[in-house]
Amino acid sequence: MLNIAKIKNGIVIDHIKAGQGLRIFNWLGLGKAPYTVAFVVNAESKRMGRKDIIKIDNEIKIDFAVLGLIDPNITVNIIENERVTEKIRLRLPERVENVLICRNPRCITATETYAPHIFHLVDEKTGTYRCEYCDDLRTTEDFR
Amino acid sequence: MIQGKHLIEPENLSLEDLEDLFQIAERIEKDPVYLRSSCKGKILATLFFEPSTRTRLSFEAAMLRLGGSCLGFAEPGSSSVAKGESLADTIRTVACYADCIVMRNPKEGAALLASRYSEVPIINAGDGGHHHPTQTLTDLHTIRQLRGTTAGLTIGFCGDLKFGRTVHSLAKGLARYPSNRMIFISPPELRIPDYIKQGVLEKQGIPYLETDRLEKVMGDLDVLYMTRVQRERFFNEEDYIRLKDSYILTREKLKSARPDLLILHPLPRVNEIAVEVDQDPRAVYFKQVKYGMYIRMALLASLMGTVS
Repeated sequence: MLNIAKIKNGIVIDHIKAGQGLRIFNWLGLGKAPYTVAFVVNAESKRMGRKDIIKIDNEIKIDFAVLGLIDPNITVNIIENERVTEKIRLRLPERVENVLICRNPRCITATETYAPHIFHLVDEKTGTYRCEYCDDLRTTEDFR
Repeated sequence: MIQGKHLIEPENLSLEDLEDLFQIAERIEKDPVYLRSSCKGKILATLFFEPSTRTRLSFEAAMLRLGGSCLGFAEPGSSSVAKGESLADTIRTVACYADCIVMRNPKEGAALLASRYSEVPIINAGDGGHHHPTQTLTDLHTIRQLRGTTAGLTIGFCGDLKFGRTVHSLAKGLARYPSNRMIFISPPELRIPDYIKQGVLEKQGIPYLETDRLEKVMGDLDVLYMTRVQRERFFNEEDYIRLKDSYILTREKLKSARPDLLILHPLPRVNEIAVEVDQDPRAVYFKQVKYGMYIRMALLASLMGTVS
């Protein structure tokens, strides 16, 4: 059994679908972090069977919208003095900006590159988003 | 009260706003003097990044009949857009000269983006194959004037339903009125997009049917909205040639139609309505042109706050 020590103050990203952890690890730039980070792959989970976990021994800002897009089942635990002070359950964000990219070549964002790519959630079950400008639909599967 | 608002898609106007506009347009038609100098001293900018005769002239005629004046360009080659100026900068500049901007652009969402950079009302005169809200106003006003209502109707849309922005806008516009039913008649390649079917009609429980045979449903229709298969919306010529003559309305096909059917078309037509149909009293597409000018007069006066 692999044991990872508790962190004092920081963040634990738990219940990551097994195999998705590396994506989050890279997106957060943790490979270059000056603080301690533990990345566990394929840990046992009563809830999920197998999961990835990331423990960050530092208080960092996380864009929960992007995290929710990658996997809305992730739990984020805020740790202070070795205790969980806040549990954040993610869900798909209602609106995302410059996270999903519109692939419609007819969209104004294809030529006016300063325009932000804005998507609105239309169906939480299927993870379907609509481009604010052209109404083109994309799903979180495209993002993952 | 719509003074100062942008009109990007039909939903920017409430049903009350729409009814106000219809009543103003009706009064303009009946009373030659009403609002005729209401926009004196005001300027309308018409920015057309792709070709238009009807819509541009309709807006310009509307503004001139309101006593105002117009400036702008009819194609991007004659503007600084040809030098690579961004849409945002073009709009910011023109908003310094004009009290209202009407814009047609081949890119979807262009009018919405423009509205983010304009201090004066932006009217979307068509953004790619996406929306054309003033055509919707024209179409709704025509149906209302000639049928007395925009509710409880069976409306058939025929032709290019995939790229036809007037179809998308009108379908969304009619979906706001009770008890309407829609029939979409097209070849499989040009079907109405999912964001209309699922995003609008199914969400609101509006019944609809898809078919590729106009003759099958002709007798069910209160309104038949014909559209052109548009060459400019296709990325390759072969697909356009294969589909362009998919549905042509003839006198023969109208034999099973109701006597009070209204035949609309946003124009220009190419060959999808045979010339022989023009004599049929149910063919109202040229009356539609006139109603379009009246409703644009109502819209411009309302947006610029000059309706007394």
